[in-house]
Amino acid sequence: MATKDTPGQRQTTRRSEEAEETEARGTEEVKERHERLSDDVDAILDEIDEVLEENAEEFVRSYVQKGGQ
Amino acid sequence: MSVRRVMGIETEYGISVPGQPGANAMVTSSQVVNAYQAATAARARRARWDFEEENPLRDARGFDLTREAADSSQLTDEDLGLANVILTNGARLYVDHAHPEYSAPECTNPLAAVIWDKAGERVMAEAASRAGEMPGGAAIQLYKNNTDNKGASYGCHENYLMRRATPFADIVRHLTPFFVSRQVVCGAGRVGLGADGRGEGFQVSQRADFFEVEVGLETTLKRPIINTRDEPHADPEKYRRLHVIIGDANMSEISTYLKLGTTALVLAMIEDKFLDGDLAVEAPIAELRAISHDHECRHLVLLRDGRRMTAVQLQMEYLERARKYVEDRFGTGADDMTVDVLDRWESVLNRLAEDPMMLSRELDWVAKLELLEGYRRRDGIGWNHPRLQLVDLQYSDIRPDRGLYNRLIARGRMMRLTDDAAIARAMYEPPDDTRAYFRGRCLQKYADAVAAASWDSVIFDIPGRESLQRVPTLEPLRGTRAHVGSLLDRCSNAADLVSALTGRD
Repeated sequence: MATKDTPGQRQTTRRSEEAEETEARGTEEVKERHERLSDDVDAILDEIDEVLEENAEEFVRSYVQKGGQ
Repeated sequence: MSVRRVMGIETEYGISVPGQPGANAMVTSSQVVNAYQAATAARARRARWDFEEENPLRDARGFDLTREAADSSQLTDEDLGLANVILTNGARLYVDHAHPEYSAPECTNPLAAVIWDKAGERVMAEAASRAGEMPGGAAIQLYKNNTDNKGASYGCHENYLMRRATPFADIVRHLTPFFVSRQVVCGAGRVGLGADGRGEGFQVSQRADFFEVEVGLETTLKRPIINTRDEPHADPEKYRRLHVIIGDANMSEISTYLKLGTTALVLAMIEDKFLDGDLAVEAPIAELRAISHDHECRHLVLLRDGRRMTAVQLQMEYLERARKYVEDRFGTGADDMTVDVLDRWESVLNRLAEDPMMLSRELDWVAKLELLEGYRRRDGIGWNHPRLQLVDLQYSDIRPDRGLYNRLIARGRMMRLTDDAAIARAMYEPPDDTRAYFRGRCLQKYADAVAAASWDSVIFDIPGRESLQRVPTLEPLRGTRAHVGSLLDRCSNAADLVSALTGRD
């Protein structure tokens, strides 16, 4: 089958003390990672701005569905 | 068993005509289905849906609801003359309630189910586009989501074929904690809290706030975590069809793949009585919502035995058992897809435990949350800002050029398991390895002679024969390419086929 692996795909960190340690030292790392992600996301937002429906408020308000299953 | 099992997904799409909020959704849904029929099967006669074997009021717990006691929305077997097309890929495209619905053909594994589910998106996108081109037609837009954020919800149901002999109580016991927690893997993400979406914030699941009871027959009101509809569309002595209504409609291939693959593994363990320890959750409905409302995945779920653990840890309990189960049954000889599901499941859970945002290229809810957080930061807006609600909605817009998920795909931002060529092929070709192959090939080759069809039958109207000829297909794993491929190649018309099948001239 077609699969594309991702970094960390085969990591087998078990939760437990090991995971808790990661959490303790991880806060800074997470923060840095999120900042890196943010720069990356801004380019995507610029592209999305081009395709977002106009008049968000009106568009969202008029999206009314009948219930289904 | 492994992740391999007969399975399929049925999805009701949200429908709107921008600028015409009063448009009748039953009418516009019919226009979508009819436009696809007109474009793809103009010359073929219109095969009806065969309702003979449908029992939407049969309850898996062993009784039938009387028709008088049923809500009219539960009566799905009455042919209202609404649009209905049986596609050459074996799927059913029709109008259910006030939504166009695509019921994918039966598949035997989660990757195939992903491919034919994505094919459904492409069918719907083409159908809506064609409906908009009809004389007097307005642009119709379809959304693969589950709520309008104003109190209405519509479903994306999974179906799994199970052994009839498995006690339903075992299914309820072991599946409930799994369903309560699996949203951290396969939630689609939602802006707004509560059924009407008025509460401010983001939540993991589209559907969580619409579930009110633990077990029940309903699908449109008082929705249950475990649905008891017992309509196997197969030999009822041997099989039940587990009808799962709690899942979100996913855009991400990884989300759908893991949703089906992990559920199939849990079902295999239930059938083989492999699950012993009890993971029963003290208050499943309340926890379902609490987990959904906590996108940092830190909420502690209270188990009936007094333990507390996060939804991710609860999923890890199931993963651990599934690893043991597969090792116990197959040693090192498990099939590749089963191993792949286990590895991905583990990888996803480990990263969710560390930092959910690491999954933004794989899981729907995290991809959506990343965009939303981006807008919140860049534009300094709060959760109740209409732009965020629009991003939530438009993520599921199925148009390739306007849908936000599809834009992420175009940028190579989301991980994939399949490709556009396989999906395009699946719009027209059935899977090889279930009865959908027979159904689809019959519609490809003998469309003029197919009077009706359903999951468990194909009915032919043969010139010169007085009565209709019904070919039952009660065994989902018969009617495959291996089984009937050469027969179908050989028979140039439906009369030859029916003669060959019945042994009469």
